Amino acid sequence: MKILVPIAQVPDTTAKISFTDNNTKFNATGVQFIINPYDEWYALVRALELKEAGLAEKVSVIHVGLADADATIRKALALGADDSFRIDTDPADAYVVAQQLAQFIKNNPYELILMGKETISYNSGVAAGILAGLLDYPYIANASKLDINGNTAVAHQDIEGGYQVVECALPVVISANKGMAEQRIPNMKGIMAARTKPLQVIPAYPVNITTKYEQFELAPGRSACKFIDPNNVEELVHLLHTEAKVI
Amino acid sequence: MSVLVFADASNNGKVKKASFEATYFASQIAQQTGGKCVVLSLKADDDSKQKLAHAGAQKIINITNDIPAISDVSVAAKILLKYTQTEGIKDVVLPNDIQGKAVASYLAGLLNTGIAPAVTSLVSINGSTYVFKRNVFSGKAYAQISISSDKKVITLLPNSLQIQWNTQNIAEIKDITENDNYTPRVIVKSVEKTTTGGNIPLPEAEIVVSGGRGLKGPENWGIIEDLAKALGAATACSRPVADAHWRPHHEHVGQTGIAIRPNLYIAIGISGAIQHLAGVSGSKTIVVINTDKEAPFFKAADYGIVGDAFEVVPKLTEAIKKFKASQQ
Repeated sequence: MKILVPIAQVPDTTAKISFTDNNTKFNATGVQFIINPYDEWYALVRALELKEAGLAEKVSVIHVGLADADATIRKALALGADDSFRIDTDPADAYVVAQQLAQFIKNNPYELILMGKETISYNSGVAAGILAGLLDYPYIANASKLDINGNTAVAHQDIEGGYQVVECALPVVISANKGMAEQRIPNMKGIMAARTKPLQVIPAYPVNITTKYEQFELAPGRSACKFIDPNNVEELVHLLHTEAKVI
Repeated sequence: MSVLVFADASNNGKVKKASFEATYFASQIAQQTGGKCVVLSLKADDDSKQKLAHAGAQKIINITNDIPAISDVSVAAKILLKYTQTEGIKDVVLPNDIQGKAVASYLAGLLNTGIAPAVTSLVSINGSTYVFKRNVFSGKAYAQISISSDKKVITLLPNSLQIQWNTQNIAEIKDITENDNYTPRVIVKSVEKTTTGGNIPLPEAEIVVSGGRGLKGPENWGIIEDLAKALGAATACSRPVADAHWRPHHEHVGQTGIAIRPNLYIAIGISGAIQHLAGVSGSKTIVVINTDKEAPFFKAADYGIVGDAFEVVPKLTEAIKKFKASQQ
């Protein structure tokens, strides 16, 4: 079995968010980029664990983006992925990413496509589902545990108020939630090896582009916190009712 | 053109709040595009069907039989796809909850069309270009996204709008039997519910009471649950609490947990790390109770109490109960 892990590149969780070009573009100046945590900590690490357990022959990573992401892809290789691909285009949205991935997978079949449940930048959480729909593969969303049993994926799928145990024959698209694996730090040997592992650049496939981010604005900060005497909680109840109008 | 909403009530016949919101939102789009708001519901009871009409549905196609395979999102998406064809639908709206997001994204793939995910409001409709508002960068910014595909799939973030109920509105209701010979590929072997508190799903809750490490241990969660019960709230927790298995991890709100936007978020014994704030900053009103007056969470709060949770929270619960009694 071969596993494909699509990875996104996102601003570091603590990065200061700002916009340029009259608030129509994210301002990447001085921003540190990382692999999207859901893709790295859960999807990629679990894929590597499955390979280490002898359940997969190969783990490939793929990124849809421009050459500035190559360092991010190398980090995935340093963690232990065998090879990597970059589809050379700046994607407008999750639908574009899914279309690019679907065409790649039609030409390069993988039995398991394992990716994070959402990016922490655009928070769409739809790329995996669109990809599964385009390929007409079965889809397990929000898996917090994943095992492979022969030709079958066995997963814990998070639902409201709990989880369900599901099974599905391969090939399948799975989106990873917290809990599937623990974060790893690449070691020196991995970092050295990553330099010579394959990173193949693929020209973009023709796709439909349907959405555009027209305008961004920063969320307004809250006005200063009103402090209430801990011996006068009735005051808080009063304010929640009359001022905030939330109870 | 007509707008289709999917409302799954197969659990107990009751349509979820998030699906009423999606229906109301779809009716606004239908009004502006000169189409109809059509709801495909699954085993909705009469009360829910009436409420769907009051939320804006003009036609309700209610599937009355069990379709066990529908737990496979690809089956749900294929059934929806069929009704987009028979009803002449261009736009599909689903709530952006766990199931809605999975089904909507799969449907967008099947239709090979554009999707506007987790929108919070409609900005404008100009011909076949719709502009929506949505949150990006974990609530640190808002964006306007335009979508101009011929067919559109849209998911609406729960708790984003106030439904204007129209009790005069009457919908055409069709109860139908859908063939149930779909074969699921993803098979559910068992369902494990880990909810310990109330039955309010966290993403839909209007009030959320959340506890952090300041509670010192899982045995102390009684004060959180009591306050939540008095308020009719859902309970949540911070990441360290879920990681230490004090609480089930589906209660974890924050960057790597779930993002919520209730009307009222009460954070007890949570310091307010940036990753936690990312998951709750969309809340309308935030109350923070913490012993440490330097806790960063106070900077993101509307109301704060510096004090010991074990003293303040029971007092607050009593004050809420008194207030609720006085309102009756």
